[in-house]
Amino acid sequence: MNTTVTTTGMWKGGRSPFNVEYGKLMMWYFLMSDAFTFGAFLIAYGTTRFATNGWPDPNTVFRTYPFGGETHAPLVFVSIMTFILIISSVTMVLAVHEGHAMNKKGVAKYMVLTILGGLAFLGCQAWEWTHLYHEGAWWGRNPFPNADGTISTTNFTNFFFTITGFHGFHVFSGVIINCIMLIMVLRGVFERRGHYLMIEKAGLYWHFVDLVWVFVFTCFYLI
Amino acid sequence: MSNEASMHADTSVNVPVEVHHHEEHAHHHHHESFITKYVFSQDHKMIAKQFLITGMIWAVIGGLMSVLFRLQLGYPEEKFMWLQDLMGKWWFEDGHLTAQAYYALVTTHGTVLIFFVLTAGLSGTFANLLIPLQVGARDMASPLLNMLSYWFFFLASVIMFSSIFVSTGPFSGGWTAYPPLSALHDASPGSQHGMDLWLIAMAVFVVSSLLGGLNYIVTILNMRTKGMSMTRLPLTIWGLFFTAILGVLSFPVLLSGFILLIFDRNFGTSFYLSDIFVATTNTALPNEGGNAILFQHLFWFLGHPEVYIIALPAMGIVSEIISTNSRKPIFGYMAMVASFFAIATLSFLVWAHHMFVTGMNPFLGSIFVLLTLLIAVPSAIKVFNWLTTLWRGSIRFTPAMLFAIGFVSMFISGGLTGIWLGNSALDIHLHDTYFVIAHFHLVMGVASMFGMFAGIYHWFPKMYGRYLNNTLGYIHFWITMIGAYLIFWPMHYEGLAGMPRRYFDYSTWVSFNQFEGLNRVISIVAIIVFAVQILFLFNFFYSIFKGRKVTTQNPWESNTLEWTTPIHPGHGNWVGEIPEVHRWPYDYGKDGRNFIPQNVPVGENEASH
Repeated sequence: MNTTVTTTGMWKGGRSPFNVEYGKLMMWYFLMSDAFTFGAFLIAYGTTRFATNGWPDPNTVFRTYPFGGETHAPLVFVSIMTFILIISSVTMVLAVHEGHAMNKKGVAKYMVLTILGGLAFLGCQAWEWTHLYHEGAWWGRNPFPNADGTISTTNFTNFFFTITGFHGFHVFSGVIINCIMLIMVLRGVFERRGHYLMIEKAGLYWHFVDLVWVFVFTCFYLI
Repeated sequence: MSNEASMHADTSVNVPVEVHHHEEHAHHHHHESFITKYVFSQDHKMIAKQFLITGMIWAVIGGLMSVLFRLQLGYPEEKFMWLQDLMGKWWFEDGHLTAQAYYALVTTHGTVLIFFVLTAGLSGTFANLLIPLQVGARDMASPLLNMLSYWFFFLASVIMFSSIFVSTGPFSGGWTAYPPLSALHDASPGSQHGMDLWLIAMAVFVVSSLLGGLNYIVTILNMRTKGMSMTRLPLTIWGLFFTAILGVLSFPVLLSGFILLIFDRNFGTSFYLSDIFVATTNTALPNEGGNAILFQHLFWFLGHPEVYIIALPAMGIVSEIISTNSRKPIFGYMAMVASFFAIATLSFLVWAHHMFVTGMNPFLGSIFVLLTLLIAVPSAIKVFNWLTTLWRGSIRFTPAMLFAIGFVSMFISGGLTGIWLGNSALDIHLHDTYFVIAHFHLVMGVASMFGMFAGIYHWFPKMYGRYLNNTLGYIHFWITMIGAYLIFWPMHYEGLAGMPRRYFDYSTWVSFNQFEGLNRVISIVAIIVFAVQILFLFNFFYSIFKGRKVTTQNPWESNTLEWTTPIHPGHGNWVGEIPEVHRWPYDYGKDGRNFIPQNVPVGENEASH
């Protein structure tokens, strides 16, 4: 099957940035599509929030961490979560880098670390959801009052669980993809192929999931 | 008229047909069983046929539904006992269509025709068939994802079809599925399990559309043969390219809207719900803080690009067929591409013109009026280019060409009323009337259907190696053309008089009694037009097995690459090397030569386009 790229001389400066393999291009378009899904969610959230009088204060809702009891430590736990996810992006970059150097062991090492980072993030999210659930929060239930003390609508929790859940689902599928990649690395599939392009594509997805979290984090925890 | 009657002896430019060689080739590389060849096929040409035939089945179902509700609208007093015996008591009561069944029919008719026929059936068929053949590729970039795209569509079809047989009936809240009607189980019988199945089917459909769209884009960008620069692509490919981009970027927003709707229906959220009292159960709902208009924004952010997802492939097909059969280069190739781009871009910025009367800020409305009316510019460019391509051409009136010209006619008639409806002030009077029905059926429904018919008549020889019967084709065209105008033209008058859409019975409404006869005429014509489509289906399936055989490689004397393949191309399309492209696809009547296919090198004294 002919998968060579035809360039037609539009680009004169070295290797054309458009000269990418089809799978990578497909991933980019998929990520654009997925960005629209998240964009629609976040815009729906913003619209609803701005049309509502009052909203709970994230500093009082997200104030605890595991084994910390009833402390007041606003946003500490979610900062750790975010940090873990961003570090997992760094290890992903390193895995791609090792892939360029055709270093099978290095790729495997950093893929393991990336998977661990993803699992740690999912674990944190599971803890946070459980904690909120025990506080009485769930889809359709919102125990938290508005920042000004008035009764809040349920849309704070509705959007929180839907959007962070949708993001968590993406992290989960990312971990699955990374596990498959790791198995393929260990079985020497990419070494035989002569390139670690698949790791790059998995990396694109993983970075996208991280990037989306930055927006989700901003929308739900910071503002 | 025989298709070969206009053939010339000059076929020296064509690669000789090497049938036996090809069979060896196919035999050597593919050990195909019935399952891998006809069912789980990864050959883009077979997947195209699967999309087409599934689309046809849906077109018959959707068309039959319209016949049923037209019977109600044309003959509100008549008792159809035989239909009651046939369909059962949920649908008919005392010989009359029930109101519930009427709304279920119009909803399913809309959903099925828009998504399953004119999206999957149209771009699924022609993107699959034409993209690899016309860009010069052996198959799609990812044949596996391509196969999955069809099977997700099939799954969506099965789920949607099953919703018709649910005891509470299929969804009946209109194809737009506005909440709160669609969000509350108790709002109507159709909002119960029928709606759950509807939503699942549509979510699966979005997956199918995404898998297909990604493949189409990447194949066009990455798999072009040597020499096939973007500006040498046939306009069919440009149309399908923008269609795929629109789908990839707008369907996810619909998916978001549907996910929120699923939560509202099943998990007690209030994304779209606030302050609601349900009369059937006599309860006040606790939901607070949601906004039903939010759904409309999310829906129409898909909904408007969707109109162009339906129209752009038809425009591409029509451009190609008009140029080929006028024996003239397409007029303004780059203007055609630019107007595709302009339409695709603008289509994302006009969605709120579906929502002028929702209570939206009038100032915001005026911006959407401006952007909406701007679409008239690229649309008019396209129309003028088609007309100027036809102008002084030596036109070959094949059935495909007639349907292509019919498309232009429908697009003009329906497009002009778009300028009326795009005005927010006029829309106060015209919204939700039969004027709207007339407008979008002409410009999007019938026009794109014509594009699809044109494509089927034109590429049937490539798909099956046989011709469709021309006489039946002409009968099909003329009755459909005249019939479509007879059905939808009078609806403009009804709409201007204020007759609202989505009413099950107008007979008690004195102001519209004057339209009783007109409605009856529309219904009779609708039945005749439907019958002619059955004639077309007969022609289609009969010709697959018994049609006149294609004996030349390039029956329409066309320039594009699909006609350089063998008459029955195997999986891989070309025997030996893929041809190299040396010119654009519209060298008709150049330097006194009838046509010069794309794979013919530019001569020494020849000016390249």
